[in-house]
Amino acid sequence: MVDAAHDQVDFVPPAEVGEMELYHPKSWLTKYVFSQDAKVIAIQYSFTAIAIGMVALVLSWMMRLQLGFPETFSFIEAEDYYQFITMHGMIMVIYLLTALFLGGFGNYLIPLMVGARDMVFPYVNMLSYWIYLLAVLVLLASFFVPGGPTGAGWTLYPPQAILSGTPGSEGGILLMLISLALFIVGFTMGGLNYVVTVLQARTRGMTLMRLPLTIWGIFTATVLALLAFPALFVGAVMMTLDRMLGTSFFMPGIVQFGEQMQYGGGSPVLFQHLFWFFGHPEVYIVALPAFGIVSDLISVHARRHVFGYRLMVWAIVIIGALSFVVWAHHMYVSGMNPWFGFFFATTTLIIAVPTAIKVYNWVLTLWRGNIKLTLPMLFALGFIVTFVNGGITGLFLGNVVVDVPLSDTMFVVAHFHMVMGVAPILVVFGAIYHWYPKMTGRMLNVPMGQIHFWITFLGAYAIFLPLHYLGFLGVPRRYYEMTDTSFIPQSAETLNAFVTVIALIVGVAQLVFLFNIGWSMVKGKKSGPNPWRATSLEWQTATTPPGHGNFGPTLPVVYRWAYAFGLPGAKDDYVPQNMHPDQVAIGDTADLSGTAAQPAE
Amino acid sequence: MSPWWWTPIASNWGFIDNTIIITFWITGVVFVAVILFTAYCVLRYRYREDRRAEYEPEDKKLEWWLTGLTAVGVAAMLIPGLFVWNQYVNVPPGAAEIEVVGQQWQWSYRYPGKDGVMGTSDTRLISGDNPFGLNPNDPNGQDDVLIEGDDLHLPLGGPIKVLLRSIDVLHDFYVPQFRAKMDMVPGLVTYFWLTPTRPGTFDILCFELCGVGHHAMRGSVVVEKKEAFDGWLQEQETFAQTMARVKQGSEQAANLALNAATPVAAGARPTR
Repeated sequence: MVDAAHDQVDFVPPAEVGEMELYHPKSWLTKYVFSQDAKVIAIQYSFTAIAIGMVALVLSWMMRLQLGFPETFSFIEAEDYYQFITMHGMIMVIYLLTALFLGGFGNYLIPLMVGARDMVFPYVNMLSYWIYLLAVLVLLASFFVPGGPTGAGWTLYPPQAILSGTPGSEGGILLMLISLALFIVGFTMGGLNYVVTVLQARTRGMTLMRLPLTIWGIFTATVLALLAFPALFVGAVMMTLDRMLGTSFFMPGIVQFGEQMQYGGGSPVLFQHLFWFFGHPEVYIVALPAFGIVSDLISVHARRHVFGYRLMVWAIVIIGALSFVVWAHHMYVSGMNPWFGFFFATTTLIIAVPTAIKVYNWVLTLWRGNIKLTLPMLFALGFIVTFVNGGITGLFLGNVVVDVPLSDTMFVVAHFHMVMGVAPILVVFGAIYHWYPKMTGRMLNVPMGQIHFWITFLGAYAIFLPLHYLGFLGVPRRYYEMTDTSFIPQSAETLNAFVTVIALIVGVAQLVFLFNIGWSMVKGKKSGPNPWRATSLEWQTATTPPGHGNFGPTLPVVYRWAYAFGLPGAKDDYVPQNMHPDQVAIGDTADLSGTAAQPAE
Repeated sequence: MSPWWWTPIASNWGFIDNTIIITFWITGVVFVAVILFTAYCVLRYRYREDRRAEYEPEDKKLEWWLTGLTAVGVAAMLIPGLFVWNQYVNVPPGAAEIEVVGQQWQWSYRYPGKDGVMGTSDTRLISGDNPFGLNPNDPNGQDDVLIEGDDLHLPLGGPIKVLLRSIDVLHDFYVPQFRAKMDMVPGLVTYFWLTPTRPGTFDILCFELCGVGHHAMRGSVVVEKKEAFDGWLQEQETFAQTMARVKQGSEQAANLALNAATPVAAGARPTR
């Protein structure tokens, strides 16, 4: 009898529906460019996201140069600075992290890990990527229109975003809004795919409670995104109407620079509610896939099962649900009715409980494990430290009255960079070091990876720990220059210069990573199909990299959860999900790839 | 300006600082504990070929304990926080009112005058002569004192309700030493309250991105003894006086135009 997720079964009932037919490419163009193979789409998504991410990286250098060495660089005017911070923020949150986790990892891993041949709607999946690419190009185009990209801050708060006192109010803001709308359209196509694939295309025996946590994270994040992005979409449409047609959704009566404007009766706070109804779940859209992936990285490389798997799944689901009732903690001092503060502070701090449980269980997975300090494990450990740091500063900002002095200071900048910048990006790196062998058949170079890890990890702390301190002093964010104040000690300037130097170094270290990706593709050590001796289905494919259709003639059959590491009575320290219970004791992996017939049942 | 502690407080909101300190210690202990335990695990359970990880997928008792302890820690931060927030949103009766008006990129201030009541205002009424958009027919507004392009003055020791208004985009009135802030939203009047507890001159900064001049939207607030404050306020012009001057000025301007057109009256120079 099965009464827990981690018990294995001897018998898996036959499939009730036959396999779907795949579209097979007929030409080079349909195989590599307009491909309907989720793995190719995943790589397209990833390369585009990383490319636009490099733009965001350079923008962050520009803003750091200004903050570290004010009045030094004549090419950074106040307009430029506000444009840099806006584009940096938006690119990192939406076009890099969301696209990479869901479009990149989601596409690559969902079909492979649930035991499907592909996404259920491959054609729509392909369209999803091309619309995403279009959104990126529209965004980039805003750098080249008169007035440049918008400098309204990534939150795009009206009325400022569409009025003349803000850079990019001519064309930049419109291109931003159009690009966001396109992104959402493209994402919805992909997102429906991910959800339906997880729900409908799992292989025989892959119950929901046997899914790897990576899939739980990506799946829940996608559900959140499908529910949250529409709020941003309508906000973008309404703001476009305000800007183009003179409607007043978000625009009250305004006198700007001595002139009465034609707007009247709208509410700027309404936009903030729409934005954060999207914006807060967005944090978890980025964080939940990271939670899921890091759980798997820790488990595989600590050679131990995830501790408390069921609680981990429920924590993901509960965090996802709660993330829809905490949005106004971004608005404690927005001028909304202050009595909301009681409700939103309470919900926000409640969300800390399931989040803390996840942290405990990651650490308890390490406890009594057999830990290999591989590159993915290093990044996973870096994630734990960083996430705990960022989560804890969230307890400051979520507690409404503590937020009052800290809101809009550098403390906020430090908090969200730690929790949804550095922490998820460390997971992205860990995940790439982990799955690169499956994508290419070769290992990434280890010394280069270690250089990359240590500079990135230590550098991130050297950058962001001082920013917490500056925030406590009361240094505001989004300031082109501080000039003289009566409350900031002189040493803060030195600190800012230090942070800038480190930021430049950390940025350059990313080139080591990019070089490693290219170099290892040719020179990397051959990995074989399962170099980490992992249990989940993507490591049991017939070929590496997996071909179109992912698996051999027969789809794998799943007998147990993805965390059978150190299973008592097993020959090896890991038991693949699709290994028949009869073979556990002898550890025969010959039949796992689906090239031979599965054992009779 | 010690670099080793945050900016010294100058208002009654020491409660906010205390809540930060409580949060700092609770979360600090948890942070150190989690990191040390992680470090212990990594050192103690490094990979050995001849060892297997322990197989114990769940430990319900341990998980419940950890959940319970976390909930207690969270409550210990939340409850004092909400208690202080309750004070923050409830203005004590009898608090003096002042108004701060934000616009790109400067601060202006209004005091209710002798009657202690502010006149009504509307963005639609704003013009070059009436930059605050006060209702000229509202008797309560006639003695209001308007300060443009000068420092804000506040009396020491009594509670003050700060009404916040913007005429163009979002702004945020913040004095780091006061700890209290709130956004200013065009179309709304928002507020916070404080009791200044330390005399001195402090920086006012805009704390909500308001366009390209955001970082330059600064001001100063002078906190002084009640007597000094009253003396300063006495010297300021009221709205009625300003409007009379403006009216007189525009009549004179009309006269001047008339005089220019009729050379006969050119000798009658208007006096100031």
